[in-house]
Amino acid sequence: MSDGARRRGEGALARREKRLAYSLLLPTFALVLGVILLPLLANFWISFKPVTLADLRPPQLIVKEQLRGKLAAEGDTARIEYRFRNSSIKYPLGEVSFTDTLPDGIKITGLDEACRIDETTAKLTCELGDLDAKSRGRIRIEIEALTGDPPGKADFRASAPAATFSAYNVMTSFDFTLGNFQKIFSAAEFWDVLKVSVYYTVFGTAGALLFGLFAAQIMQKAFFGRPVIRGLMLFPYVAPVIAVAFSWVVLFDPFSGAVNAMLQQMDVASGPINFFGQRMIEVSFFGVAFNLPMALTMVILFEVWRYFPLSFLFILARMQSIPSDIYEAAEIDGATPMQQFRFLSLPHIAGILAVLFLLRFIWTFNKFDDIFLLTGGNAGTRTLTVNVYEQAFAISNLGAGAAVAVVIFVLLLVFSIIFIRFSPKDAG
Amino acid sequence: MKFWMHGIFGAVLAGGLWGGIWQIVLTMALIVSTGAGLSLQTGPAVLAGASAGLFAILFRSKSTMLRHICGVLAMGVLIWGFSLGAPYDPRAILPAWQSWLTLVIAAGAGWFSIAAAIGNMSPARQARYAAEKFYLRLVWGLGLIMFVLIVAIPFYVMVMTSLKSQQSLLGNPLDFSIDPGVGGAVLFRSYIELFTKYDFGTLLINSTIVSVMTVLITLLFAVPGAYAVARLRFPGRKWLSGSVLLIYLIPAIILVIPLYAVFSQLGLRNSLLGLCIVYPATTIPVALYMLRGYFAGLPSELDDAGLMDGLSRLQIITRIAMPLSTPAIASVALYVFMIAWNEFLFAFMFLDDVKLFTLSRGIVSLNSSEVPRQHLMAGAVIATTPVLVIFLWFERFLVSGLTAGSVKG
Repeated sequence: MSDGARRRGEGALARREKRLAYSLLLPTFALVLGVILLPLLANFWISFKPVTLADLRPPQLIVKEQLRGKLAAEGDTARIEYRFRNSSIKYPLGEVSFTDTLPDGIKITGLDEACRIDETTAKLTCELGDLDAKSRGRIRIEIEALTGDPPGKADFRASAPAATFSAYNVMTSFDFTLGNFQKIFSAAEFWDVLKVSVYYTVFGTAGALLFGLFAAQIMQKAFFGRPVIRGLMLFPYVAPVIAVAFSWVVLFDPFSGAVNAMLQQMDVASGPINFFGQRMIEVSFFGVAFNLPMALTMVILFEVWRYFPLSFLFILARMQSIPSDIYEAAEIDGATPMQQFRFLSLPHIAGILAVLFLLRFIWTFNKFDDIFLLTGGNAGTRTLTVNVYEQAFAISNLGAGAAVAVVIFVLLLVFSIIFIRFSPKDAG
Repeated sequence: MKFWMHGIFGAVLAGGLWGGIWQIVLTMALIVSTGAGLSLQTGPAVLAGASAGLFAILFRSKSTMLRHICGVLAMGVLIWGFSLGAPYDPRAILPAWQSWLTLVIAAGAGWFSIAAAIGNMSPARQARYAAEKFYLRLVWGLGLIMFVLIVAIPFYVMVMTSLKSQQSLLGNPLDFSIDPGVGGAVLFRSYIELFTKYDFGTLLINSTIVSVMTVLITLLFAVPGAYAVARLRFPGRKWLSGSVLLIYLIPAIILVIPLYAVFSQLGLRNSLLGLCIVYPATTIPVALYMLRGYFAGLPSELDDAGLMDGLSRLQIITRIAMPLSTPAIASVALYVFMIAWNEFLFAFMFLDDVKLFTLSRGIVSLNSSEVPRQHLMAGAVIATTPVLVIFLWFERFLVSGLTAGSVKG
């Protein structure tokens, strides 16, 4: 066998393997493309469009048919009435027409000039031209019964009028605007929102990491009941966010919450504190009074409480994989516990700490549920993600919401580039 | 002079801290278990603890038993004495035995905490090694108590509130006691009402359907994909295994608006099917990543042997790779189940019809002023219980899965 033939043979095998690999990955790729990547692009598209929530329902022509009068015997006259309206309150409809099939046994005596009838098929066609937004009208057709057993109301309803029209769809049109971005950047609150996002992300991430590190140091030591307590420590993280968020809300409720009652009982606070509803609170700490952003602090504490278990788990796993003999050697050399931590443990867990910091930083930045459930984004806790919801669904301006989402995406891109640049190779 | 390096300073500090901590913890425990309005007296307990610490470091008898007995007694007497005979209940609201019992617990817990922190330290100036050991022991104990309390309290409040009546909740928010004597029907009235009036049975079924479907679809897509990335050679493989987790960094809130728009027009929005499409898309990348790592760890000779015996690649996946990686598949399945069960954002955005609500969506609608708090908390317990049961049951699996896949949160 020549070299060339062998290479071709391998080529065929490799091609088959390649084809198989692609076909195995195809379903995953299709789903991720459809549900994640295309929506991501669509979000950019929407952010440049003047779309509101109401535009999601495309304009419709609504036609209702009614028989006025009664046909009982031959020669009876009645009227068919078609009422139509443009369902959109914003956009006109163009080239509107509708068709309807009339039952047998009647004769048309008066036809609206917009309509014509095809005698052989008894098909009625009405051309209505253009309809302005919200406009409505009616068309009347006089009829006369031809037989002694004329059609009743049900026979008229048997065929529903079919409408055709050309509607303007803001989603698929090529009208673009920068208005959404202008609107969000010029809003006075936008920079506050950005600031809150940064505070929340930085303090939430750092707090969760530090608490996780502390918890890992504590659980490193073997003691009675350690497995139980380790399981318990992961509860905040595995429980549904909805359950733990509302538990906090109940616990810190200004009127029926236990924390407020306890603080007043113990004479720490004079009146009820609305932990999740108060923007600022004056705190006096050893005689020094300063203002604390109350609700923001609470949502940051919640974030720390809920996500320290993740850092704890990773750091503990990493620490338990450090060989114990280096600690024994250090012990013999007389290294103190803090020195052992500083010079042995810390270098070993530095990698995982960095990865955790970056991952948690991005995920905290992306976090929506927690703040939304705790405060609804009120009382100075509105982050960018909550602002997306607020713009798109509370104010019904989808375009502005998408524009905020674009801002989030751009910031994430920056974080991701940093993440890739600094990601250590031995991560996790 | 570094006074903090002296054993005697450390002992007083540890004593004061532990005395104060236990006083706070036990007074709170007494308040919440009886509902009585007690005031906190930290000062006397701190003094008592500090004195007990002094005693512990000075009286280092050979007999540990004797030392502990004396210590507990001393601690009790000191707390009682410094607080002028009424450490917890100066206004005598409670029956005397409750105060005495608390005092006994305080004496025991306080003394053993102090003794454990002090260990065999001497009153003299300590070397840096011994001093650090001592301070770390102290911080270790304090930290452990803090973590247990901050984690357990919200969960306890959740369960306790769900078992209360409206009057007792508003009447005394500090009464944390659960009275099993009232009988099951009264105790579980919130749960009964949720299932009868608020149709929580349907919510449970909906959540189960969505979660199980998500698990099945995820595995159906991710197992072949992971196998391809782990075993087959194709251009773009390196790039794929690196970039699959990048998808994980895209926040759901960015996808919500376009998906909402498109699903509305396709009629998928207000349906469980819509969720069964969106959830797997968010879980497949991480499932693929976790399974890829496991498949790559299996010896590739097995695959070769299978190929020799005439198995196709698909048969290799179903007959060799999958049976060998049951633990990994189980942990991915459980983990995906938990994500789908806990998911809130898409369920909240997509579902309008009460009949289609998942638990997360249903519980949000309980958060209104018309629905009593205990119903909300009962709903929270119903949503939490399955997840925690799964978690505790398969903890070992899940912990390895969590660390392998670096769970999103």
